[in-house]
Amino acid sequence: MFSSFMTNAWISGTIVAMLAGAVGFFVVLRGASFAAHAIPNGAFAGAAGAYLVGISPLVGLVSFALLSALGIGVTSRRTRNDVATALSLVAMLALGAAFLSVSLIYEPTINALLFGEILGVSSSQLAPVLILGVVSVAVLGWFYRPLVFTSVAPELARARGVNATVVDVAFLVVVALATALTVPVVGALLTFSLMIGPPAAARILVARPGWAVAGSVGLSLVTVWVSIGASYALNLPIGFFVGALGAVFYLGARVAARRRVTRPAT
Amino acid sequence: MSDHEPSTALLEVRDVNVSADGRDILRDVHFSINHGEFTGLIGSNGAGKTTLFRVILGIQEHASGEVLLHGEPLTRSNRSIGYVPQKVLFDPDLPIRARDLVALGADGHRYGLRRRPRALHDAVDEMLDAVDAGAFADRRVGSLSGGEQQRVLIAHSLISRPELLLLDEPLANLDPGSVQEIIALLHRVAQRQRVAILLSAHEMNPLLPVMDRIVYVANGHVASGTTDEVVRPSVLSALYGHHVDVLRVHGRVLVVATALPVGPAPNDEHPEFVVE
Ligand SMILES: Nc1ncnc2c1ncn2[C@@H]1O[C@H](COP(=O)(O)OP(=O)(O)OP(=O)(O)O)[C@@H](O)[C@H]1O
Ligand SMILES: [Mg+2]
Repeated sequence: MFSSFMTNAWISGTIVAMLAGAVGFFVVLRGASFAAHAIPNGAFAGAAGAYLVGISPLVGLVSFALLSALGIGVTSRRTRNDVATALSLVAMLALGAAFLSVSLIYEPTINALLFGEILGVSSSQLAPVLILGVVSVAVLGWFYRPLVFTSVAPELARARGVNATVVDVAFLVVVALATALTVPVVGALLTFSLMIGPPAAARILVARPGWAVAGSVGLSLVTVWVSIGASYALNLPIGFFVGALGAVFYLGARVAARRRVTRPAT
Repeated sequence: MSDHEPSTALLEVRDVNVSADGRDILRDVHFSINHGEFTGLIGSNGAGKTTLFRVILGIQEHASGEVLLHGEPLTRSNRSIGYVPQKVLFDPDLPIRARDLVALGADGHRYGLRRRPRALHDAVDEMLDAVDAGAFADRRVGSLSGGEQQRVLIAHSLISRPELLLLDEPLANLDPGSVQEIIALLHRVAQRQRVAILLSAHEMNPLLPVMDRIVYVANGHVASGTTDEVVRPSVLSALYGHHVDVLRVHGRVLVVATALPVGPAPNDEHPEFVVE
């Protein structure tokens, strides 16, 4: 499983894991998990549309993920956030289904889009994936403190002069990019799991924000590496292992935190 | 109700009007706050205290009026105003320790990933000690009690060395002993840092020993001045729109409505009846 044709899988998996772990930390911190569930569906519709018109799926993924992220951003200013997100989620799934039914696409490709594929990123796409990944991480770094501040105490951040709208939009763009890169590897239905599982576990285990980001990236890497290996060895979709490991890490962290709390103070 | 010279005032609120859903919340509110003074913002539930704070901070839409700091309109960059909101909800799982929240008060608005300088860590420790929060500096904010969070939030709002500190009902939910403790702490810190304080409360009595001036809100209107100037039957009766008496007993001030007006009583705007 370390053969040359698998090198792609390991490299793209590693990039995606680091990105999802870092972005996911803020998704969980901001309570935006619902958006992280909706945007992959938009990306899915984009990829389906790209197959339909015969362009690179990455273009469809990125553009539709951005569209749905900005759609969520705009509508959430008018209505309650979860309603807006739920509406765009359903609309995007429907759109993706429509695209797939009119295009003559092979069933394995649909499966890969939904549940992930270890060879989901072709070698010609490795460079764009790397560039988009680096850009996303750079934006996250630039916005790090205002992001944490607006997530933890939005009212205090605004009182301190933070432009919450700018931070919101930048964040949604990064979530969209991270999603577009993650969907081909983990699948549209399970990208959510990679973005939520490791950071949710990390924040329970670690009390410091900086270290919790690092913990989240670490757990995410373990998740993806184990999943690629297991998927190759057992010939099951990679998304299955990602979803299962995310749940296992989260439950494990909860149990560990419980023991820590109930242990008598020394 | 002496008006201060605009040139000497730290903060000036001029003819602010706020309405929501077609209802006037604040009408022609004007008052000023001087450097280093302790001002009590007194009013009952729904009087508009929180709304007034949000206007001062520039995060509340208002129909007219302006807020001047050092005689200049507020912008994003010139605001040296600290704020402790009425309630902040922190998830217990939030990976943010008390000291992290305090540090965000210093650099949470800054872009870019720079290492925090040693001096900032020292300032955080110093600030946490100043509000007696050193003992729980390394605990997650979400796991702290309301009173403990209050102290951390005060440290958070003071670390940027503001000239004005707004505290929205910091004394609610505190037991009487803690009320005295927090007031003494605020008074101490305010004098040491030379920061002016505007603190809102339902009850003025605990504040009488430290309050330099009072801003009294009722019926959407405001009366301001020293306690002696404002807490008088004539001024408060005009504010409430019906007659109230002011009794001074054992160093306490009681504002008492002599008779409720005929017709439906204005719900949330009646003065407090103090029976003790
Ligand atoms: N977003 C809003 N939309 C409509 N009305 C509002 C809004 N915010 C506040 N109000 C109304 O404005 C009035 C003043 O509210 P505010 O929160 O400023 O009162 P307060 O003096 O802080 O009260 P409390 O002591 O209960 O905190 C209330 O009647 C409230 O219902
Ligand atoms: Mg209030």
